[in-house]
Amino acid sequence: MQKFKTLLSLFFTYFKIGLFTFGGGYAMIALIEENVVNKKQWITKDELADIVTIAESTPGPIAVNCSTYVGYKIGGVLGSAIATLGCILPSFIIIYAISLVFDWFMGMTYVQYAFNGIKCAVGLIILRQGFKMFKSFKKTALSIICFIVALVGILLINFFAIDFSTVFFVLAGGIVGLFVYILDVVKNRRKEKAEARQALNLNTEADQIIEISDAEAINNAEVSDTATASQNKASNDEKNQKGGNTL
Amino acid sequence: MIYLELFLTFFQIGLFTFGGGASMIPIIQQEVVSNGWLTEEQLLQYIAISESTPGPIAINMATFIGSTQGGILGSVLATLGVVLPSFIIILLIAAIFTRFAQYAGVQTVLKTIRPVVVGMIIAAGAYLVVTAIGIQNYTSISFDLRSVIITAVLALIMILYKLIFKKQIPVIAFILVAASVGLVAYII
Repeated sequence: MQKFKTLLSLFFTYFKIGLFTFGGGYAMIALIEENVVNKKQWITKDELADIVTIAESTPGPIAVNCSTYVGYKIGGVLGSAIATLGCILPSFIIIYAISLVFDWFMGMTYVQYAFNGIKCAVGLIILRQGFKMFKSFKKTALSIICFIVALVGILLINFFAIDFSTVFFVLAGGIVGLFVYILDVVKNRRKEKAEARQALNLNTEADQIIEISDAEAINNAEVSDTATASQNKASNDEKNQKGGNTL
Repeated sequence: MIYLELFLTFFQIGLFTFGGGASMIPIIQQEVVSNGWLTEEQLLQYIAISESTPGPIAINMATFIGSTQGGILGSVLATLGVVLPSFIIILLIAAIFTRFAQYAGVQTVLKTIRPVVVGMIIAAGAYLVVTAIGIQNYTSISFDLRSVIITAVLALIMILYKLIFKKQIPVIAFILVAASVGLVAYII
């Protein structure tokens, strides 16, 4: 019974989130925080931050990703299915209803006039979104090349009506990223190896220095032996002993 | 088999849209127009509706196109298709790869995917603007003067709003403004 109640609560919470977020994406995070973190306390604020990172790193709408994740945490696989369903159901119902009357609606002259204006706005909205996102990635030589190739590539494909799936750009970006990652790993490993080798070399050099100094000490001892044999006999014995010990 | 085609197309769209929201526009634009499901004009209308109704735009577009192509079953399958990839991936992450986003490899790969996605979005936005004023591809170029003027006016409104109010004009407000500008332009 308790479990049933939790699942019901999951469903309605995400139904509400799906119903009241316009424009999707980041507008949803504030609403998710209010309901899921503050009101229901299903997850902490830190966990939400983690979920946002995960949602950014995986395909799909951020609200759907979040509902699946929280649903799983609260109610397992069933919970995740119910939360996800709750999140997408409002859109589904509203859009389905609109789609039924859309042709009739578009048949009205004044609606057509209005949509002649709206169709000019759509591209501008998407462009604005693109420019906003342009500010959000780190500009390196590689990232700017990736950006330009995708931009010019898609423009050419569209203008010349070339049959080439845009999906390949995303895939290519992923492959380049993977390649960069592997290069990084190899470079780091090589660097580590070189450092290790250098450390080893230093050690053997230090050993050689010690050996040399020991040998000198013995030589000195021998020299002093012959020069002042009787006087320093005791200390010579000591030195030789030291040399012998270290050798 | 329209149902299978809808499901597979939107599954692919769901699988390759990183960064949410607008990032699905370039892919959806290509898939849907090349399949002959929508004309460029209809695509613009559908995006406008999807932007001004609640919920993620990807879900809205899937339901909308699914419904007009295959009725209720079509809309269910298209919506299911677009949701399923992220559902499966997130479930795997929540259950098994709990530290997924922290892996260095994941972040490096994303760092190169993100600029690609941004480039795609800007290209798609630019293309939608050009389509609206009458250029579709190199074979069909016909400037519609009224659309050119409307687009210029709307761009000016967008920029002025940003300069005056120091924040972006909300999407729904902007669409309402565009509708009024359209009405005025075509009634006169």
